[in-house]
Amino acid sequence: MTATTTLTASGRRSDRAIGWLQGQLPKLVLSPSLAIIFVFVYGFILWTIVLSFSKSKMLPLYQFAGLDAYDRLWSQPNWYVALENLAIYGILYIGLCIVLGLLLAILLDQRIRIEGVLRPIYLYPMALSFIVTGTAWKWFLNPGLGIEKVMHDWGWASFTFAWLINPDRAIYTIVIAAIWQSSGFVMAMFLAGLRGIDQELIRAAQIDGASAFNLYRRIIIPQLRPAFLSAFIVLAHMAIKSYDLVIALTGGGPGNATELPATFMYSYTFTRNQMAVGAASAVIMLMTIMAIIVPYLYSELRESGRGR
Amino acid sequence: MAVSVQATQIGTARFWRVLIYTTLIVFAVMYLLPLWVMVVTSFKTLDEVHEGHMLALPEHFTTEAWLSAWGTACIGLTCEGISGYFWNSIKMVVPAVAISTLAGALNGYVLTKWRFPGHKWIFGLMLFGCFIPFQVVLVPMAQMLGRLGIANSTTGLVFVHVVYGLGFTTLFFRNYYEAFPNELIRAAMMDGAGFFRIFWRILLPSSGPIIVVTVIFQFTNIWNDFLFGASFAAGESAPMTIALNNLVSSSTGVKEYNVHMAAAMIAALPTLLVYVVAGRYFVRGLMAGAVKG
Repeated sequence: MTATTTLTASGRRSDRAIGWLQGQLPKLVLSPSLAIIFVFVYGFILWTIVLSFSKSKMLPLYQFAGLDAYDRLWSQPNWYVALENLAIYGILYIGLCIVLGLLLAILLDQRIRIEGVLRPIYLYPMALSFIVTGTAWKWFLNPGLGIEKVMHDWGWASFTFAWLINPDRAIYTIVIAAIWQSSGFVMAMFLAGLRGIDQELIRAAQIDGASAFNLYRRIIIPQLRPAFLSAFIVLAHMAIKSYDLVIALTGGGPGNATELPATFMYSYTFTRNQMAVGAASAVIMLMTIMAIIVPYLYSELRESGRGR
Repeated sequence: MAVSVQATQIGTARFWRVLIYTTLIVFAVMYLLPLWVMVVTSFKTLDEVHEGHMLALPEHFTTEAWLSAWGTACIGLTCEGISGYFWNSIKMVVPAVAISTLAGALNGYVLTKWRFPGHKWIFGLMLFGCFIPFQVVLVPMAQMLGRLGIANSTTGLVFVHVVYGLGFTTLFFRNYYEAFPNELIRAAMMDGAGFFRIFWRILLPSSGPIIVVTVIFQFTNIWNDFLFGASFAAGESAPMTIALNNLVSSSTGVKEYNVHMAAAMIAALPTLLVYVVAGRYFVRGLMAGAVKG
């Protein structure tokens, strides 16, 4: 008798527990991922920030050193080389990718019969690893055996193209290879934007007698503003993170001619035994990306909320 | 008069068409050129690479370079080609893609169909994780993997790729399930279906396209990764991209460009193959990863 009452009571209690558990199930399912993100993204960012204020050299050393690592970072000529290279590379890469992507998208949007063949050709480099791209371009631009030799064989004996081994020009080889890799993707973004424009608007402008040039300048290109914004965000964030391509194509050289913040961080942290300085450079990289990404994510998430 | 105006108009129109087609085709050739050079070089003998024309088809077609790249080329101190590293990549990519995709699907499901206050913040925080420069987590991750005893192992790399892939996979599924009608979910709940049953029986069967998009996106990203591989698995368990870079940049001996190109082709083939077979989904993934919305 008593046994059964306790049984039902405990049964009821476990029912309630199961009910509660089921109510919490969605949160329980989400929580491992959330915990992972909190530890391995935000926790690790904090950890790196701590390291950047420490005396770490070859191994982490948790002794507070104030802004020492940042002082040393900003007194490294190498860091300025990296920043200058990032500016050159970033501006050319983003600018030319957008110009080329827009041009190809507009041309492809003229009812081209072989669009289905051309589009995948422009885009396939995006499926390759930057290491493969770097390897291929390193060979293609090889002074002596690459494109230079092709021109010589074709009779243009004075043609020289030794940018890969020229400290003043090497950064541009990275720009070229990176544009080759990403411009097709930018083209796809613009093409999607063009296909989304209201055809009525274009027809109305045509009836009003707008020339093709004015039609694009006044009506179509302004409508592509969201595509411009996404292209900029994606390319800027890829430029700041660029690492693989530099390693594969020039290895940061000749000398330090193609040093970028990402390669700087890696060598100072892992090979030059200045972990605190490396951490400080990583924190600066993070802040640069945050300045671009956070406003973008914030506005995107707010907009998607207002629509609902 | 009117006729001649019309004729010149047709003439200029035709001129523009020809110009557009020419431009597009010239660009297509430029995009294909590096791939062409890679392929033809990989089938040449080293003598022909040195003496012949870079763009020309091989005179003596040979698969020697491919066999050497696969089985006998020297990487570091061992001369066993890149085949081992190729399998390392496979062993890394398959579990990493499977786990991150499944987790992303569940997260997307919770964040759209079982919302709770603050769900948007949670999603925003997860999404931001996709965009951080990974340099900012390298040292802590190296320390952590060391302490867990999975440094320099495929297991460690799988773990890292799952962690930093979660944001993207969650994004894909969230945006896809957002458009999934809530009525169906409510009806199933009325019938007494629980959390997992609804997911398993209602959402998952109609998730085909987004699963393909996510799998392709993750596969391409993880296969092509270099930074994590170089930082956390530089030795025996290194993935393909690291091995390729070591092979190409090793400074000892004669530079066998044909072998380098064959190795690059082997590294590129899996993702290229996916691109050729399912390019449409690949592009969709790229766009969804770029423009959320």
